[in-house]
Amino acid sequence: MSVLIYVELDNGSIKKTSLEAVAYGAKVAEKTGGQAVVLALGKADNAELEKAGQYGAAKVLHAADAKLEHENSLAYADALVQAAAQEGSKIIILSKSGLGDAMAARAAAKLKAGIVSGVTALPETDGGFKVTRSIFTGKAFATTEIKSDIKVLVVRKNAVEIDEATLSGGNAAVEAFQPALRDSDFTASVVSVEKADSELSLTEAEIIVSGGRGMKGPEHWQPLIDLAKALGAATGCSKPVSDLDWRPHHEHIGQTGIKVAPNLYIACGISGAIQHLAGVNGSKCIVVINKDPEAPFFKAADYGIVGDVFEILPKLTEAAKSLK
Amino acid sequence: MKILVCITNVPDTTAKISFTDNDTKLNKNGVQFIIGPYDDYALARGVELKEQSGGNLTVLHVGEADAEPQIRKALAIGADDAIRVNADPQDSYFVAAQIAHIASQNSYDLILMGRESIDYNSGVVHGLVGEMLGIPSYSPVMKLDLEGTNATITREIDGGKEVLKAPLPLVLGCQEPIAEWKIPNMRGIMTARTKPLNVVEPVSVDDMTVPQTYQLPAPKGACKMIPASEAETLIKLLQTEAKVL
Repeated sequence: MSVLIYVELDNGSIKKTSLEAVAYGAKVAEKTGGQAVVLALGKADNAELEKAGQYGAAKVLHAADAKLEHENSLAYADALVQAAAQEGSKIIILSKSGLGDAMAARAAAKLKAGIVSGVTALPETDGGFKVTRSIFTGKAFATTEIKSDIKVLVVRKNAVEIDEATLSGGNAAVEAFQPALRDSDFTASVVSVEKADSELSLTEAEIIVSGGRGMKGPEHWQPLIDLAKALGAATGCSKPVSDLDWRPHHEHIGQTGIKVAPNLYIACGISGAIQHLAGVNGSKCIVVINKDPEAPFFKAADYGIVGDVFEILPKLTEAAKSLK
Repeated sequence: MKILVCITNVPDTTAKISFTDNDTKLNKNGVQFIIGPYDDYALARGVELKEQSGGNLTVLHVGEADAEPQIRKALAIGADDAIRVNADPQDSYFVAAQIAHIASQNSYDLILMGRESIDYNSGVVHGLVGEMLGIPSYSPVMKLDLEGTNATITREIDGGKEVLKAPLPLVLGCQEPIAEWKIPNMRGIMTARTKPLNVVEPVSVDDMTVPQTYQLPAPKGACKMIPASEAETLIKLLQTEAKVL
């Protein structure tokens, strides 16, 4: 019995969150006695796909059909179900994202499988298959038993610890895979795609520097961007900032925006409303810079500096530059 | 134009979450319940589209009777009628199966709901419903316009957005800025009292997943304060102490 893991590609590279899903799937395979098989859809080099082996995959199924080049959750879900049938997979794993959830949902309905999204740790397999997941936007966790024969898991970032030093170094064999594509999955036409190519994606970023109303206006963002650059970080913002159009909507982090779980989250001029905290409470380390010592965000922070962000940010940028 | 809007009944975003009965149930004591914020966006856009094109908007909730004030609110905002599937749902699959069952008996052109509920955050019900009905599903939708039997959808993707044109019927998971939230007016509240709210029993669905227990996260340690005059020392601490650089 195999474990099937879907990996998302970004310009031909496997996304970091997906490599984590591979490592997670390999551990599940080890526990349940089977092998980890990876599915990749769209253009990618074999050399890139083989990398999944270092994270524990035994082989990679690769469907390079040109029709799968553009992200299409309907066709992707069909391909995922066909791959699961070919491999006899009873456990299917995806990484948490809009695409991951959409594919997982459609595949679960096709397979009449139990689905749990937002999984935060490896499953317990003694006496039933139990997983823990994040609920109430990180304010709590739930342990759930999956009873169905086939199980679909959508895993969050940091659900499994990866030690880059102990990666096996083995490469996975890549096999061509040709799913039967249905016209009914291609009824929508893509009118346009807008993607900020140069920007680091927030859900993938290990470090995020984020600004709130304390940044006083879009024209004052440069010091924050400078620090982000020096740290190799992505930039985010609070809801008021995106509501005021100071920053684009896709940077909005919080309960009704993007939920992030970086290693380091640096909040500049964000007071820390409960809705914002809900979007960042998966972060490993939180730094808060605010001129108000009473800002509620300090209660959720690991490190805090009370002061003027415009004086503090350049100092941090300097120190970060001298780090390298 | 027949529109179905599915709403969740969830604790307010500022609610303090705790559990009772040996951590097997949410403690509802003192918790204010609201229409899911994302569902509220879906409802607002649904009402606008209904008003533009004429037609009927049904609001659907899968849950217990304590959600009725929220269902009445949806009627006051502009839904024509409501259905409540009388159940205490345990997972997304169950909820989706109920929605798909209701939808299969009525041919809706559009099935709208929030991108996710803010209690369980799964974001999978729209996909499940779409597949159960054999029609496309898209999420998260930030803009929705109709032209005859086609919809133009702006969808958020990783680091950007995508515009799609797709024929109806569709299942869509919605988020801001698809529409502004609507606040019911007095006339809406009065008429909502007499609009039909039909309570139906659920169809039976195999148990796919069963919740066992709930836990709260471990409390956070104290925040280490660094004087502003020594701000640059933070970077060193992040490297050597927190080990995140």
